[in-house]
Amino acid sequence: MSTVFIALQTNEDTRPIIEAIEIDNPHAVVHRQPAMVKIDAEGMLVIRKSTIEEQVGRDFDLQELHINLISLTGHVSEDDDTLTLSWNS
Amino acid sequence: MDMKVSKKKLGLKEKYKLMTRDLGWEPTYHSKEEVFPYMGYEGIKIHDWDKWEDPFRLTMDSYWKYQAEKERKFYAIIDAHAQNNGHLNLTDARYLSALKIFLQAISPGEYAAHKGFARVGREFPGVGTQVACQMQAIDEIRHAQTQIHAMSNYNRYYNGFHAFADTRDRIWYTSVARSFFDDSMSAGPFEFMIAIGFSFEYVLTNLLFVPFMSGAAYNGDMATVTFGFSAQSDEARHMTLGLECIKFMLEQDPDNLPIVQEWIDKWFWRGFRVLGLVSTMMDYMLPKRVMSWREAWDIYGIENGGALFKDLARYGIKPPRGWDDAEKAIDHMSHQFMLGLYQWSFGTAFHSWIPSEDDMNWLSAKYPDTFDKHYRPRWKHIKKLADAGAQFKNYGLAKLCQTCQLPCVFTEPDDPTLTCHRETVHEGETYHFCSDGCQHIFENEPEKYVQAWLPMPQLFQDPVNGDLGEWMKWVSLLDGKDNGDYAGSEDQKNFEAWRGLATTNQ
Repeated sequence: MSTVFIALQTNEDTRPIIEAIEIDNPHAVVHRQPAMVKIDAEGMLVIRKSTIEEQVGRDFDLQELHINLISLTGHVSEDDDTLTLSWNS
Repeated sequence: MDMKVSKKKLGLKEKYKLMTRDLGWEPTYHSKEEVFPYMGYEGIKIHDWDKWEDPFRLTMDSYWKYQAEKERKFYAIIDAHAQNNGHLNLTDARYLSALKIFLQAISPGEYAAHKGFARVGREFPGVGTQVACQMQAIDEIRHAQTQIHAMSNYNRYYNGFHAFADTRDRIWYTSVARSFFDDSMSAGPFEFMIAIGFSFEYVLTNLLFVPFMSGAAYNGDMATVTFGFSAQSDEARHMTLGLECIKFMLEQDPDNLPIVQEWIDKWFWRGFRVLGLVSTMMDYMLPKRVMSWREAWDIYGIENGGALFKDLARYGIKPPRGWDDAEKAIDHMSHQFMLGLYQWSFGTAFHSWIPSEDDMNWLSAKYPDTFDKHYRPRWKHIKKLADAGAQFKNYGLAKLCQTCQLPCVFTEPDDPTLTCHRETVHEGETYHFCSDGCQHIFENEPEKYVQAWLPMPQLFQDPVNGDLGEWMKWVSLLDGKDNGDYAGSEDQKNFEAWRGLATTNQ
């Protein structure tokens, strides 16, 4: 199974987002590198609006991710509640 | 009394439909072929533009909102950097060579990408595609501007930043990046998307922006990390556009497969060559290194690119033709580039240097199979010459590859002791190449590459006429300031003196 990843800047905006990703993706591996956090996950990674909202304590629009996003891989599938990265193989 | 009724917000999919797809119209007094004349040019067959998917579903109103926020963040940090002597927080002024290469070769590439996306946004008939290309065109000009602006803070203090536009047009090594973007912009719209959107953005830019920018953070360069990550926050969208474009072409018609495969082969190799210099920036030019080029390749090339091509195999796509040769070059290329830069350092608007004993030990730990065997002995010899007061300089002109325009400094994929050199005779003229990959690209489109502007023949034309001093004036290179060994340079002396002033009360 191939690995997908998402990389975010290290800052106060992304700290709760990273925590939410860890909650929703127990199989994900978090690498903390200078100024950035890279999260690898085998096969699929799901980012949920509701989990992020619980962590930040306010409404969160998933498109806010764009501000602190560094890179990602895999096919992106986004709706109002989730953003999913996956490979078909 | 008016009751305020809270209007239900549009869902993402509904908003995208109304604010993107619904903006299109069917032409009535001109045919579609007249409005979009380049659609048949490359032989790509598209049956239904509505099948184009934009997974982020970003609409222009949200785009402006988020981009404005990125700019505010960017300028807050750039102001702080300028106000707080940010340039003195660098680990070492050697690091600035990497920035100078970036400014002279890569930032103009961002501007070229802006022009390219503005053009293809007009040429594609699909509304989703038009809007995505419009956003990317605006992103790319923002990248060029923020990069130039961020690095202008270094221009106040250090050499080599003052004439990047002349360097971009005239100096020999920047023609590598320039020819890459000119090649893509003079191709048809679909090939441009594969060149920039897919091969460059999806397969290769992670190698530049992710570990290198993280390295900039490690080396105390707040300005570069900021423009790097601000630009990179757009790249995720660009990469997704590149991947969607390739899937779209392959799903629309099976006849598109061989055309797309040929473009992937071509642009992977073009991109691998143009980004090759990043290997040297990572292995040699970051005083404090975050990972080696080999380690970055393992993560972003093999693991990531491997997963991508495994996924695309369901359409019949194979990994790019040059993939195996690239893998064989990884443990050699940063050393071969740095040796090349050092021997021609009189002609570069940045400094190079002989790696210290500590640096060489790091390189030998990261490249256990190649560094001690092939490269440490050469550096030791060059060091011996420098210690005796005879810096090793190669005043011979490098033979340039007709396709990628790099000097032919690389070795055979299976023999690191033998320089790789290929020749093709076309209409009575002999053309030279650095690799099988570049030769193959030329032989597919010789009419295009025989027209390449090569910086070495330019040396013998007006206004230079073979005179090195005249050439330096022509490329705006200040001899003894911008070029040569870092050891003993003005940049080194100034950085050390100013840092001393900043940490004492003298």
